[in-house]
Amino acid sequence: MDPHAVSSEISVPHEHHSDADFKKRVKKTTILLSIITVVELGIGLLIYNMHKGENPSELLVLMFKGVVCILTLAKAYYIVAVFMHLGDEIRNFIMTIVVPLLLFIWFIIAFLMDGNSFKDLRNKFDPHFKERTMPKQHEPAKKAPEQPQPGRQ
Amino acid sequence: MDTTATTHRTKWWSGGKSPFNLEYGKVMMWYFLMSDAFTFGAFLISYGTIRFSHNYWPDPNVVFNAFPGAGHANLPLAFVSVMTFILIISSVTMVLAVHAGHKGDKQGVIKWLGWTIVGGLAFLSCQAWEWHHLITGEHATLIDGQIQWVGQTTRVNPWGELASTSDLTAAIQNSSQHSLALLVQEQDHSQVYEQLMGMPKEKLISMINASDLHIRENGPVAFGGFFYGITGFHGFHVFSGVVINIVMLIMAQQDVFKRRGHYLMIEKAGLYWHFVDLVWVFVFLVFYLI
Repeated sequence: MDPHAVSSEISVPHEHHSDADFKKRVKKTTILLSIITVVELGIGLLIYNMHKGENPSELLVLMFKGVVCILTLAKAYYIVAVFMHLGDEIRNFIMTIVVPLLLFIWFIIAFLMDGNSFKDLRNKFDPHFKERTMPKQHEPAKKAPEQPQPGRQ
Repeated sequence: MDTTATTHRTKWWSGGKSPFNLEYGKVMMWYFLMSDAFTFGAFLISYGTIRFSHNYWPDPNVVFNAFPGAGHANLPLAFVSVMTFILIISSVTMVLAVHAGHKGDKQGVIKWLGWTIVGGLAFLSCQAWEWHHLITGEHATLIDGQIQWVGQTTRVNPWGELASTSDLTAAIQNSSQHSLALLVQEQDHSQVYEQLMGMPKEKLISMINASDLHIRENGPVAFGGFFYGITGFHGFHVFSGVVINIVMLIMAQQDVFKRRGHYLMIEKAGLYWHFVDLVWVFVFLVFYLI
């Protein structure tokens, strides 16, 4: 097809893959996205079972959560590059979309640190807040022997 | 190889042509989606900020563990994974619709757009069920030294920490007849609510064993507002995507694109639909996985 027949703004026709080629690519991406989602769900259940267990290792939970975040970014990459065909556009255009999104790096770090600092300040200067909201479950079992008493009486 | 060579030779910024080799509408759709990404990003990051500012935050696996028709079975992540797959599959059918458009295949466009609309409606139905279940499903919660039955709303959150037996023993004394009757009924389904309401309160209290109860305190209030706000905003995007796709379906049916000579409009609708899927990937991550 003559590119100008489609739109006068398209000077170089986009490379259109052959039908078989295209089907293969879509199929591959779909399977990849499904596998990543299943792995994410598996890790989600793993985290759930770790939380249920005694004394979950905070570091290990955090690590699994990090893995899930990376897998999500991989999913986002495949959706944008293959399904939305951004990978097939010219470099100029890709950069005008991707470079502004780099702001998110600052955005996420700055605002999560802000939230964390707010928590620390509140715990430091508002003992009532700390006492009311600090999780007690995983503290050494000082209270534990008292608990069954009302049931026994 | 051939295309790369041409791209290299073309002076994109010399004027007289689109420097991006794309039609105006598609370029603008991309920039709209980028700005929308910042809107969603800001919402999700503000959720993160508030979550980081709390000592305790509800575990999503405890909150989202229901499945339609499964009663009180504990099935964390099950229903939301169904929703995620519905959206991924509808994204794939949209890719096929856009591809059919490239070939000028009207019947193909109509078929795949139709399936995409079905997927979108299925997702919205799932979300409607989930919201309904969260809002109307009431849980016994320890609030202000009393046991109260509350759902997950923007004003109250029933997913705090598990309350200690000593706190519950005290709270039972202060709770209303209604709350206690429901509590007894939950432990023993053969009891009739009306009969329990007629009993003296002391008898009702003696029927409850505080050490058998698994009751949570109320959790961070912000949880509900963020959850309904962000999934609602995403649901609204899905809804408008379905409306756009229905309009595209009608236009394809009426041969509007055939007369125009191209199906570029389907591509723009497709970009929007994929973006909706893309956002869900992140909503899924932030609310359900971590």
